[in-house]
Amino acid sequence: MSFINYASREINCKIVYYGPGLCGKTTNLQYVYQKTAPDAKGKMISLATETERTLFFDFLPLALGEIRGFKTRFHLYTVPGQVFYDASRKLILKGVDGVVFVADSQEERMDANIESLDNLRINLKEQGYDLDKLPYVVQYNKRDLPNIMTIEDLRTELNPTKVPDFEACATVGEGVFETLKSVAKLILIDLKKGK
Amino acid sequence: MSTQQMVMYDEEFKEINEVIERLLKEANAKVIFLVDKNGQLISGVGDTERFDTTSLASLTAGNIAATGGLAKLIGEKEFSILFHEGEKDNLHISIVGGRVILVVLFDSRSSLGLVRLRVKKSSEELSSIFDKLMRKAEDKERRGVSDFPFAEITDDDIDNLFS
Repeated sequence: MSFINYASREINCKIVYYGPGLCGKTTNLQYVYQKTAPDAKGKMISLATETERTLFFDFLPLALGEIRGFKTRFHLYTVPGQVFYDASRKLILKGVDGVVFVADSQEERMDANIESLDNLRINLKEQGYDLDKLPYVVQYNKRDLPNIMTIEDLRTELNPTKVPDFEACATVGEGVFETLKSVAKLILIDLKKGK
Repeated sequence: MSTQQMVMYDEEFKEINEVIERLLKEANAKVIFLVDKNGQLISGVGDTERFDTTSLASLTAGNIAATGGLAKLIGEKEFSILFHEGEKDNLHISIVGGRVILVVLFDSRSSLGLVRLRVKKSSEELSSIFDKLMRKAEDKERRGVSDFPFAEITDDDIDNLFS
């Protein structure tokens, strides 16, 4: 649910990065943070455990620029990927405007991907959202690793609705901005329709 | 979409700021923020320069969401007031009108009792302003009036944002 402020001429939107544990959601945000000009970003907040696993969420505010005199801001959130943090994941999905599903391309993580994607659908439904109606993109991360599935197989399993999808290697930034731009664009197009 | 979009207009923005400015003085507070339950900052008064307001808004909303989850687990609807006590500064966080969060930061020059008392009064005023805002948005929607700035954006406008 975007927030339009006519008084300060701002529009704020919320993007959530979803996916199984250790798929690279936080790494996506860290790369965006590193590569964004200081005046366009706020502080990145990570509520993580001592072993740097996301405990509640990561948060990164980004200012993209102006459209028709309105400052456009995106708030990027990640969810904790580990299965037992489901209650926290539900909370973070509240008020979401767009979703990025980050998949782990490794063969052995396929089951975790499928489980996480099912979990995303269920949790969105609980909040009254339908994934097929939300701005939504998929990222196949860790393309640099040896034991990965082919893009065709990943697509068949994880992207049956054929939303925009991207190959990525978030540690070096490949595909990170392409993914973000794509979901941001879908959100703005959605807003344009006046939803 | 399941929830209605939050829209803020100049008139109500002014009214809201008047209420929280007054609360700032009456409660002897240092800073006051109003935050949307989704973590978007609506407004802030007082010594706001000293704080990272965007992060504060996001963490406050996360905090309210987490305690709301706890409330549901024990069969409560929500915990409408949270109080965090620090060595010097304290935070009084409350839910206004079921949808926005009022954050009052104060130190030893004020007291929890005073803040609670003043917040209660201001909450009612804020609540009615937000009700008015909701009605206004609903009314506009019903009449099909749209002053939405994005209705006329072009694909080029969107592309330019990323160039």
